[in-house]
Amino acid sequence: MTPFATQHIIEVCYLVATALFILSLKWLSAPSTARRGVWAGELGMVLAIGGTLLHHGIIEYQWILIALVLGTIIGVPLGLVQMTAVPQRTALSHACGALCVTLVGTAEFYLRAPNVPPFMMAVLCLEVILGSLTITGSLMASGKLQEILPQRPITYRGQNFVNLSLLGIAIVLAVFLVLNPGHKALFPLIVFIPLVFGVMMIIPIGGADMPTVISLLNSYAGLSAAAMGFVLDSKLLIIAGALDGSSGFILSVIMSKAMNRSFSNVLFGAFGQVQVSTATAKEERTVRSATAEEASTILAAANTVVIVPGYGMAVAQAQHKVRELFDALTKRGVDVKFGIHPVAGRMPGHMNVLLAEADIPYDRLLDMDSINPDFPQTDVALIIGANDVTNPAARTDQASPIYGMPILDVDKARTVMVIKRSMNPGFAGIANPLYYLDKTLMLFGDAKGFVGDIVRELTGGGH
Amino acid sequence: MTFDLINSLYVFMLAGFIGFEVIRRVSPLLHTPLMSLTNALDAIAVVGAIVIAGEAKTTFSTVLGAIAIVAAMSNVVGGFLITDRMLRMFKATKTKKS
Repeated sequence: MTPFATQHIIEVCYLVATALFILSLKWLSAPSTARRGVWAGELGMVLAIGGTLLHHGIIEYQWILIALVLGTIIGVPLGLVQMTAVPQRTALSHACGALCVTLVGTAEFYLRAPNVPPFMMAVLCLEVILGSLTITGSLMASGKLQEILPQRPITYRGQNFVNLSLLGIAIVLAVFLVLNPGHKALFPLIVFIPLVFGVMMIIPIGGADMPTVISLLNSYAGLSAAAMGFVLDSKLLIIAGALDGSSGFILSVIMSKAMNRSFSNVLFGAFGQVQVSTATAKEERTVRSATAEEASTILAAANTVVIVPGYGMAVAQAQHKVRELFDALTKRGVDVKFGIHPVAGRMPGHMNVLLAEADIPYDRLLDMDSINPDFPQTDVALIIGANDVTNPAARTDQASPIYGMPILDVDKARTVMVIKRSMNPGFAGIANPLYYLDKTLMLFGDAKGFVGDIVRELTGGGH
Repeated sequence: MTFDLINSLYVFMLAGFIGFEVIRRVSPLLHTPLMSLTNALDAIAVVGAIVIAGEAKTTFSTVLGAIAIVAAMSNVVGGFLITDRMLRMFKATKTKKS
């Protein structure tokens, strides 16, 4: 075949792959068509890779095949991780994607420099800067989520100044390189400084901010891939990168709205300010606690129950016990629903995946806007491992650091039950007045154990 | 050159709008699979890496290209695999016929 004809075949493969990618995301919009979306994506990927292998410029196949096989061998275990490990796996895959983009960008630079037109150099620098900071940022996030690194946010004076200066230096160097493409020695710095910035950016970030950060890193990874598409003049890459970039962007906007953060706050990665512990006067307020037996009696007598899961449920791996509770109550004719806050857990949609894993039908999982009008008619709101997303101070107390954050209105239910280890305030160190309400019962204990006890009372007791 | 650039910018802009409109419709229920799927699709960067590694212009570019293929390919395989596993778990309430 002539190179010309081959080029046409490749272009058609890419065109079809692009269409399949868009359909893939379109079909993902509803659970009923979502799996078709995955198949469309897979087919598109096979076409794109197959077409690329026909590329006339390729003279050496040996390394490509070894690398493809090696990547597959690494990819399979990454695709088979436990559902509770999905947030750290996702962060890790952002790092892998960014690594690919950065390495290709680096190779392109040394192949082309100094004959790089200014715009191309600017895009190349953008690709490498976004790529590098995403590599280390994602690795840090993954390490924090896997609890290899300390989860507590580490802050120091002038942190934002240091971070923004690092980024600023990288950008200034990039601009200089655009104007003087001969200074090849600057390029390693343009890779290295954002690598450091990526680490520094994640240091002040704690667990509760992870959903926003993961989405943001997702967006960066997509944008760097789109930049790579500009450099290689590949429409397929530009489109795939733009889709990924906008997906990450939309998710970070949703997450930041759900935490009542301004958008610039998200863009500049200036997280962690909320941790300034508000020295609230420790009033001696009484809480009412209850045993599993008492809780099960109330639950059994209820008509409607809304369960509000949070990260604590994931940590305790309590989702299967929660399913047993769901079954036991449903069998007794109780209407059980789940109220899920957008930032519950450590990544967007985290709770839904865990509950779906435990075989809870997805039509029982309602998002914040759908469930909130139901709370006034709800007999029992059962909170498992969630804290700040249920804090009524966000609605009423203007002095509270989370004032204005949209919350689940659990306090409007007739009875509130909170499964919690102790009275220690949550991650953000913010007191939750919900616990002191007359209608609130505190169920002290481990989420998995306590839910298990309630289930035993409901099923075994018989009285 | 500049003509290509303008074309590419149009493509980027249109793809951004399509992405925004399509992804806005994804149910919050599926936000985790959405992220893992877009990650897998984003690993299409592997095509750039394949060309770099295959052209074998310098040892340096070949090595970087090969490592890039490994990184991207692990995302392709792992990303699709885990997305499909997650989506298989989402089941609706079984309607009892009695």
